[in-house]
Amino acid sequence: MSLLEITNLHKSFGGLSAVLKFNFRLDAQELVGLIGPNGAGKTTVFNLITGVYKPNGGSIVFNNEDIAGMAPYNICKKGVARTFQNIRLFKDLSVIDNVKIAFHKNVNYNLLSTILRTPAFFRGEKIIEEKALEYLKIFKLEDKRDEIASNLPYGEQRRLEIARALATKPTMLILDEPAAGMNPQETRELMQLIEWIRKDFQLSILLIEHDMSLVMGVCERIYVLDYGQIIAHGLPEEIRNNKKVIEAYLGEEVG
Amino acid sequence: MHEKKKTWLTFIFEVIVLAVLFTIVQYAMTVGLINQSYQINITSMCINIILAVSLNLINGFTGQLSLGHAGFMAVGAYASVIMTNNLGMPFIVGILVGCLAAGIAGFLIGVPTLRLKGDYLAIATLGFGEIIRVVLQNIDYVGGPAGMVGITRLTSWPWLYAATIVTILVIVNLINSSYGRAIISVREDEIASELMGINTTSYKVLAFVVGAMFAGLAGVLYAHFFYIIKPETFGFLKSFDIVVMVVLGGLGSTTGAVIAAIFITFLTFALQKYAAVRMIIYSLILIIVMIYRPQGLMGSKELTRKTFARIWSGKK
Ligand SMILES: Nc1ncnc2c1ncn2[C@@H]1O[C@H](COP(=O)(O)OP(=O)(O)OP(=O)(O)O)[C@@H](O)[C@H]1O
Ligand SMILES: [Mg+2]
Repeated sequence: MSLLEITNLHKSFGGLSAVLKFNFRLDAQELVGLIGPNGAGKTTVFNLITGVYKPNGGSIVFNNEDIAGMAPYNICKKGVARTFQNIRLFKDLSVIDNVKIAFHKNVNYNLLSTILRTPAFFRGEKIIEEKALEYLKIFKLEDKRDEIASNLPYGEQRRLEIARALATKPTMLILDEPAAGMNPQETRELMQLIEWIRKDFQLSILLIEHDMSLVMGVCERIYVLDYGQIIAHGLPEEIRNNKKVIEAYLGEEVG
Repeated sequence: MHEKKKTWLTFIFEVIVLAVLFTIVQYAMTVGLINQSYQINITSMCINIILAVSLNLINGFTGQLSLGHAGFMAVGAYASVIMTNNLGMPFIVGILVGCLAAGIAGFLIGVPTLRLKGDYLAIATLGFGEIIRVVLQNIDYVGGPAGMVGITRLTSWPWLYAATIVTILVIVNLINSSYGRAIISVREDEIASELMGINTTSYKVLAFVVGAMFAGLAGVLYAHFFYIIKPETFGFLKSFDIVVMVVLGGLGSTTGAVIAAIFITFLTFALQKYAAVRMIIYSLILIIVMIYRPQGLMGSKELTRKTFARIWSGKK
């Protein structure tokens, strides 16, 4: 039984079909890549899965439940977390507060305790603080806990965004070009980290990446998207030698 | 343990400071050191603080530009006067009913309008504020355009002081909590916030309702001090006044809102005698502040215990 099963997903903007007849499957604890040239519709697929966009048709079954068209905050509660291609941190907040927000959906004190500052409030805050620090430690950000998020270097902002997503306790993590803008060294470290968190947190990971060689290295299976449609899927070796894929990428380079 | 003891000592110290401040003013009032016009000034100051701090919750912390705050003030004022003057209930009932009525109005207006963003929300709240005013103008039971007169003065210094402190305390405690972080995350990035599992609409409504309730409280205190309330007192000009305080203090800074409210109250008071040039000077000061400090006096920073501790240890 697969964790995520997408059938016939369709999304159009005005006349343009950004995603069409999209079929996709992700098993528990699998690491799958979604690649494709610029404007292929990769980010749109992520936006559909996480509820940012409502699909025009098709189904997205996650954990045996159709989540297509649900509100993003409900989809998050079902166990889907993501990062963004253009980092979307809570810029003016401290690093630790960025992560703390992820625990709000499970907050264990109520508004009355908040206003009256009852012991339940202090207990709850202490737990949240400890948990947030755990995640900062994993991503080596604990020394920066009180820094304003937008003051972090780019690579650290990317890491913080992943930390924040993981803190929502997802069963599936989707990463939109997590290595964009990183140097080769940072990219390698990030990929190792992604491998590690997948094992340690027993996650399924869906990864968008522009860099083909990078995706080939870490992903177990790969889907290739072009003009909103899957043109190939299979093992990395199969994709590497697929004619259509090579054409799609060459076409991009020539155009 | 040592830390805990220190926190308690600071807390006790703060309570003493607040009590002393209260007693000084109370004493000065009883022995007649504070004349009528200063009394009006102090009352306006407290009311303005309540208004600015509560609007800042909506505009500053939640990032939802509301231009209808005076409307909620009106609801609180009218509802409470009906309780106290028309129905003969005690002041506390007036206060509770005033806050509740304003909160309900906030909910009814917030649910449909808070889907809108930015300018659209601003215009919608402005419109609703005006609707409240026009509705009041057309209800004979509350005096129509002439308003309600002959209200008993029940707003005394203890009530004012308590109301101001409760307002600040509730909002500061709310903001410095998981709920507060959820509220602020809406301002920071609504989409990211939703994807963290936060139902952003419900937090916007929460902030709007809490803000409206305290605006209602300000209305109650206003009505029971100035003997008379008229719909036109609570028009959009009043709403703009409150927005000015919030922007001047710095969006998202409670300390800023308090300081700006005090500043504007004194400015209005000082310029009373120069009615002709008053608006010009008032506007000039605002323009100058906005040119040299567009983020407002405090930005989004707060004066906290830590700030004072730093200043204190710096001096030693
Ligand atoms: N909100 C939107 N409104 C209109 N068109 C959109 C919207 N979002 C995406 N599109 C269009 O849908 C198509 C797919 O865009 P998408 O961002 O999904 O591509 P992508 O594969 O993520 O590309 P990239 O590699 O550049 O990130 C593009 O033609 C884009 O212009
Ligand atoms: Mg993209």
